[in-house]
Amino acid sequence: MARMKFLCDAERCIECNGCVTACKQEHDIPWGVNRRRVVTINDGVPGERSISVACMHCSDAPCMAVCPVDCFYRTDDGVVLHDKDLCIGCGYCFYACPFGAPQFPQAGAFGVRGKMDKCTFCAGGPEPNNSEAEFKKYGRNRLAEGKLPACAEMCSTKALIGGDGDVLAEIYRTRVTHRGRGSDVWGWATAYGRPDQPKQQPGATPGGPAPATPPAGGSKS
Amino acid sequence: MIRRAVVTLAAASALVAALTGCGESPQVVQYKQGKYQGKPDEPAYATAPWNGNKQEWEQALATRNQNQNEYKRIR
Repeated sequence: MARMKFLCDAERCIECNGCVTACKQEHDIPWGVNRRRVVTINDGVPGERSISVACMHCSDAPCMAVCPVDCFYRTDDGVVLHDKDLCIGCGYCFYACPFGAPQFPQAGAFGVRGKMDKCTFCAGGPEPNNSEAEFKKYGRNRLAEGKLPACAEMCSTKALIGGDGDVLAEIYRTRVTHRGRGSDVWGWATAYGRPDQPKQQPGATPGGPAPATPPAGGSKS
Repeated sequence: MIRRAVVTLAAASALVAALTGCGESPQVVQYKQGKYQGKPDEPAYATAPWNGNKQEWEQALATRNQNQNEYKRIR
């Protein structure tokens, strides 16, 4: 049995917000509700990192534990969903969630809190699959169409991947073993080859001129 | 006599303590049945085009999953 998970590679995320847009468009989500968002750490500072965050569909979900009306359930595929007909919009799940995933639609100047809304892993909710009622309450049910979440499938750099956790781990492992990690993934060495390995450089000929070396920073006149 | 008994007891205790480390405890968490109070949901493969064929649905998702692996997509 698959356990559906998201994995976001901070080395690849370029903060394009394509995942956020795809999610909003796919489920017709109103203003003020962001099922998915991109968080950037050290914004504007060299070495900044971005990561796309939504409901992580926890195996031992705290939202599920604290809900006073027990409106949460977990599907056989490990997707955490909830029944909006039962939700009272109390906000306990928002306080319990370490990712800030639960969202509350607001209306009016003082923000009347509505029923909780969150990422469904594009799996809809407790309404007939792909029905009008399901779309209105929970959004599109892509899993029932044999598709994966829109955010992951739309990600241009494939920083965000979603699906069976084991498969995702294998994809990530393949990346790391092929391209390295950390500073090996991007930068001069990846683009132009390593100074100590001239054969890796594009157009390098044996016995040719010495390969270019990265500019040594810090030498100011 | 008493000294011998004490030594034997200490040795036995040490043996038991050492063997405890060889014990095996279950690594997989057993979840309790949830207390979900809402409406029952149908599985994703219950409706068309899968019509309950779980294997076919899983195969479709597995194929889709590998589309996210550029190392397989390109080659």
